[in-house]
Amino acid sequence: MTYSTETILLLIVTMAGATYFSRLLPLLFLARCKLPITVERWLSHVPVAVLAALLGPALFLPKGEFTLELSRNPHFWAAIPTFAAAIYTRNMFITVLVGVAGTALIRFFLM
Amino acid sequence: MNLTFSTSRNNLYRGLSRSIPVCLGYFPIGFVYGVMAAGVGLNPLETTLMSILVFAGSAQFIAVGMIGEQLAVITIALTTFLVNLRHLLMSAALAPCLGHLSRLQQALFAYQLTDETFALHSLDFRKEEKPPAVRIITTNMAAHLCWVAGSLAGVWTGGLLTDLEMLGLDFTLAAMFIFLLVIQITTVKYILVVLLAMLISLLLFKYLGGHWYIIITTLLAATAGFFLENRRATAAERVKEQ
Repeated sequence: MTYSTETILLLIVTMAGATYFSRLLPLLFLARCKLPITVERWLSHVPVAVLAALLGPALFLPKGEFTLELSRNPHFWAAIPTFAAAIYTRNMFITVLVGVAGTALIRFFLM
Repeated sequence: MNLTFSTSRNNLYRGLSRSIPVCLGYFPIGFVYGVMAAGVGLNPLETTLMSILVFAGSAQFIAVGMIGEQLAVITIALTTFLVNLRHLLMSAALAPCLGHLSRLQQALFAYQLTDETFALHSLDFRKEEKPPAVRIITTNMAAHLCWVAGSLAGVWTGGLLTDLEMLGLDFTLAAMFIFLLVIQITTVKYILVVLLAMLISLLLFKYLGGHWYIIITTLLAATAGFFLENRRATAAERVKEQ
């Protein structure tokens, strides 16, 4: 690869700064004041919205194209038992295990 | 004195036990990240350093992919920034619960604020007035440690594992997000926000491209959820008045 060690170090430090900025800023400015109740109620919708936004393309748009075909989008089909595992076990480890095993099985039987 | 000591030990213990589910997810996902980092030519030191300093699962996966494509440092850094802008909202959401922490504790807490620790704390903080600093920072530290340990294990064994996809390991991060999403859905009103956010994210991802879709989707879906909730609340009040 063409990156020098210095470039990689520079990259890591910039990434760290870019990430820390978003994590720190609101906490520093908002922690000491009481937010209006409307703002707090709006913010209460953020967790589910973020996670769903991250999951949408991952489950429906493999390589940027919409498909539910088993061979081209095993993640969508593996997600179904994964959701079931999360709902019924409420256990992160089991959920991840079901998802990974499901994906592996789909690929295995398609080979 | 004795009492404070035993309380803080108790918080330490509770923080550790609270971190177990996140750790069990982080170690394997960190492992996959380590294997992928080794695959694009990062050495163990670089791979681990990124996990220590950045500590952001999805951004690290994306960065490794972009390193593999030989993209410019500024492009990768900017993408990281965009992908992690969502933490602005998470940090803002938790801020009101953390006013009792010292500035240093707040700075440390922010450093280890990830999707997973956020999901965990936002659930806990609903039930608590002033969550003890020792407990929440212990949870974050343990989670961070597992992430780093997983990365290190992955980059060391990286050469041995050539086909992550056959093992289904490319699904780890998505599976973790699914779990976090499910435990956040404590009332029915959130299901609508989830469906809406998924739909918006698909449209934006497809037609806008890039990485802005995460933050724009979050803003739109959270706002829609907020207004739907308000409308329902005022409707309920009206019924009560009659």
